[in-house]
Amino acid sequence: MIELKNVSKSFDSNQILKNISATFKPGITNMIIGGSGSGKTTLLKCMIGLHEIDAGEINYDGVDFSKLDFKEKIPIRKEIGMLFQSAALFDSMNVEDNILFPLNMFSDFTKEEKLDRINFCLKRVNLENVNQLKIADLSGGMKKRVGIARAIAMQPKYLFCDEPNSGLDPKTSIIIDNLIREITLEYQITTVINSHDMNSVMEIGDHIIFLHQGQNWWEGSNTELIKSDNQEVNEFVFASKLMKSKYQ
Amino acid sequence: MFFYHFGKYLLFLKNVFTKPENLKVYWKEIVREMNLIGVGSFGIIAVISIFLGAVTCIQTAYQLVSNLIPRDIIGVITRDSVIIEFSPTICLLVLAGRVGGSIASELGTMRVTEQIDALEIMGVNSSGYLVLPKIIASVITIPMLVVISMFLGIFSAYLIGPLTGVISGAEFISGVLRDWNPYIVFVALIKTYIFSFLLSSISAYQGFYTKGGALDVGVSSTKAVVYSSVLILFADYLVAQVLL
Repeated sequence: MIELKNVSKSFDSNQILKNISATFKPGITNMIIGGSGSGKTTLLKCMIGLHEIDAGEINYDGVDFSKLDFKEKIPIRKEIGMLFQSAALFDSMNVEDNILFPLNMFSDFTKEEKLDRINFCLKRVNLENVNQLKIADLSGGMKKRVGIARAIAMQPKYLFCDEPNSGLDPKTSIIIDNLIREITLEYQITTVINSHDMNSVMEIGDHIIFLHQGQNWWEGSNTELIKSDNQEVNEFVFASKLMKSKYQ
Repeated sequence: MFFYHFGKYLLFLKNVFTKPENLKVYWKEIVREMNLIGVGSFGIIAVISIFLGAVTCIQTAYQLVSNLIPRDIIGVITRDSVIIEFSPTICLLVLAGRVGGSIASELGTMRVTEQIDALEIMGVNSSGYLVLPKIIASVITIPMLVVISMFLGIFSAYLIGPLTGVISGAEFISGVLRDWNPYIVFVALIKTYIFSFLLSSISAYQGFYTKGGALDVGVSSTKAVVYSSVLILFADYLVAQVLL
């Protein structure tokens, strides 16, 4: 479980996050939504330690991650899997080496065990016989799947996904969404997804946080989201005609 | 601004030289970088060295048109110029462009495509993993290239002298062996080790802290080449002042 307590973050004089508190439970898909510039990416980067917070606490199962130094953070970081918007795969390596990297760095597995784990992770994301492919030869959807395979290679307790559907066609988006949800349920991972794709939110959003002007403006499930009487939430959720016709 | 970057550069080096998480993975990277930096730069260094030696021989002969000066002095001057200055400095300036630019653009691209963030989230010391192998590979392979460059430079002068008629082969050899002082090789190697370290670490620093997008990767590469070239020349002056 991840708990945020009064998290604040500023860049120079510009306050991006204002006293954000929230709880992300394991086994459900937690989503952070909000318009551009609302602070979603900053919050995610603070949670994974890429940005230092100015005030507040980020607790990973009771341990305040934000107060730890680089070395103290390593045990928690080993339990974190991250799927980046661009997948952030190492383009100097092939698919197999990308998934092998965290295993080589931190596990005591034998060569055979590592290979088994790689093949298991690839199979789990519905990719097979792609081990030797170069990253440049993969499609956008395949890159995301390899990104997920790399993220789950070390059997993480926490999974973060930054805009997992960006740049993907609707069909592939649904596949990626369902994959993230299945993995979350199967391994009881604490999953936090940063998204502004409303289809995705309605499809898999068990617990949603709506950020507005750097604040936790609204919190609830996807069914509560469409019934919300909050003006900012409604403006965001029903911005498209499709959402209006489907849910209003 | 200078002190800000100097302090940040020192902190960067502190992170680079921390204990590696997994020596086996680092060793693999060092070998890969040695191949990229050392073997990959051999061609350009060979071409430069051959022309440097030949031009030094011909121009020295041109400036020493006098019957009072023994011809074998051309060999002495060519040998000393190539060993103490041309091979370590000119080769390193060229490598600042080839290797420095490549290091900065590789790390810059990794930064803007979030690959460095991915490493950090995994708990990997990204500066150590990405930069230490490059520095070690540079400090091992570049001095080897410079030694090869010295031999090639002198050998090309030995070939071009008799070919153009400015000096005979025997006179050139006599000059190369005259008043031989191995200390100049020591000075040249000290220079090379310092320049190699500066080149790789400054370029890595520029690339590692790239902010923005593709355009900024280009800016970082340019800065890497310019700053390492200027600092190589500055270090050249300091070493000459201290050791000669």
